Amino acid sequence: MITLDDVTLTFPDGDRRVTAVDHVSLTARAGVVTGITGPSGSGKSSLLAVAATLIRPDSGRVLIGGGSGSVVDAAALSPGEATALRRERIGIVFQQSNLLPSLTAREQVLVMAHLGGRVAGRRGSVTRARVDELLDAVGLSGHADKRPAQLSGGQRQRVAIARALVHGPDVLLVDEPTSALDQERGAAIVGLIAQLTHDRGTATMLVTHDMVHRDVLDELVTVVDGRVVDTVPAAPASRAAAAADAA
Amino acid sequence: MFVAWRDLRFARGRFVLIGSVVALITLLVGFLAGLTGGLAAQNVSAVLGLPGDRLVLQQPSSGQPSFGESTIGREARVGWQTAAGVDEVVPVGIVQGRATAGAASAVGVALFGLPAAGSGAGTVAALAPDRDDEVGLSAAAASDLGVGVGDRVTITGTTYRVASVGGDAWYSHTPVLAMTPDAWAAADRRLGGDGAPTVLAVSGSPDWDAVADRTHTSAASHLGSLTALETFKSEVGSLALMIAMLFGVSALVVGAFFTVWTMQRAGDVAVLKALGASTGSLVRDALGQALVVLVVGIGVGTAAVVGLGALAGGALPFLLSPLTALVPAVAMAALGLAGAAVALRTVTAADPLTALGSNR
Repeated sequence: MITLDDVTLTFPDGDRRVTAVDHVSLTARAGVVTGITGPSGSGKSSLLAVAATLIRPDSGRVLIGGGSGSVVDAAALSPGEATALRRERIGIVFQQSNLLPSLTAREQVLVMAHLGGRVAGRRGSVTRARVDELLDAVGLSGHADKRPAQLSGGQRQRVAIARALVHGPDVLLVDEPTSALDQERGAAIVGLIAQLTHDRGTATMLVTHDMVHRDVLDELVTVVDGRVVDTVPAAPASRAAAAADAA
Repeated sequence: MFVAWRDLRFARGRFVLIGSVVALITLLVGFLAGLTGGLAAQNVSAVLGLPGDRLVLQQPSSGQPSFGESTIGREARVGWQTAAGVDEVVPVGIVQGRATAGAASAVGVALFGLPAAGSGAGTVAALAPDRDDEVGLSAAAASDLGVGVGDRVTITGTTYRVASVGGDAWYSHTPVLAMTPDAWAAADRRLGGDGAPTVLAVSGSPDWDAVADRTHTSAASHLGSLTALETFKSEVGSLALMIAMLFGVSALVVGAFFTVWTMQRAGDVAVLKALGASTGSLVRDALGQALVVLVVGIGVGTAAVVGLGALAGGALPFLLSPLTALVPAVAMAALGLAGAAVALRTVTAADPLTALGSNR
């Protein structure tokens, strides 16, 4: 689970400061895909950067963890501690796949074991077997030895998803994953993220401006001018089905 | 090194190129160092082989002492012999001359006059004969003259019997011929000198500066006295400058390569940081990558120096030793790493936030 508690973030703009995130509070629960949407410049990517510990907010708390695990206020960590937190408990999928050109698909995922700290996340070590299992889960079992230049845009994004999940993170943060893909491949990628979130119990925050994927999201938070203006269950049909299954 | 090794494999053409440049610079530096060492040995090995703790030269009224112009008078010699703390004073005469053997053409030699061994250790003292009608030849002098023990050589009209041959003793690029002090004084007078010794090899622990001041001489260690050899200063100075410049070129080339390489990878570095890579691990990766390139390049270059040096040793004054082969290699590696370290700023300054995209 990840909770943003009254988070405010400003940027310098000449002799004044612009507020990018304005007293935002929201929670993404484990096993749930929380979509964050809003117009361009609304602050949704800044919100994701704060959640990812890539930027420290001016005020507020970013609580990561819960359930049986410990809860950490990421906003209070030093840069080194924040780096370690990303390595162990946060998975990030970028707008572009951001794969390293010299690595094969398998190595892109395996690299998470060689980032300079503990080689294991909270839910298991990053082993070749686990990497291959994840590549299989994202539909790339036959492409493990290919480099990025040999993969399509959708396949590259699938590798990025496997990389973000291989260390068993508490939180998966996804920034506009379909922006470089056509609608069909984009839908497949968002569907895959939702499926993996439900299967692995990850708390997923997915920034998107594309409402085509609305039905796949479990919750939808709308941000305008840095403020949360609306929070709604986005896929009532799927949750009704889940409730019926539970019953 | 997970990413670094794979980068080396992926961009092998670029790394082979920079590795070849490093190997070539190592070859140049190693060869220059070997030549410098060889030339230096042919210039000063006899001086370094003299006995004593310090060498005493005449201090001119202006300028620096010089082997070529130094003449130690009786007063200065007695001053050193009677100084407190002095154990032994060995007068050594040095003059350039020519020697002939049979009908062969004359060969340039450095005539050293000093008492026979027993007065102190050292290559030249070991060559010094007991009798005034004998000489000792360094191996190169004997080879140039084509003589051996028992043969006769002529110097300024006087014939001497060769009493011993051996040792590697050179002075100002001429092989050494050792004589007794009296025989040397006679030869020096025939060559136009006054027969006074050129230098005193002094052993003991006197107040060196005080005695030197009192006797109008200068006292320096064997190494320190080499600056009194004009040819050594100019020759070694020029070659050492070339070596230093090549070291600088090496550091610049390696630094420039890794700066450009790291700047090209700045985006990847930002992504790795965003994923959780520590700056320390990325710095280790970058330096490790540079070290691999340097070790391979320098290894190939040093192997070529050793191979070519062994081949050239007979034809050139080339000194193949750890000092001329390994020290330049270690210096190259250190300077190359220093150059590569300049590129680390790109690694440490990379902002993981940029991995998310610039449009916030």
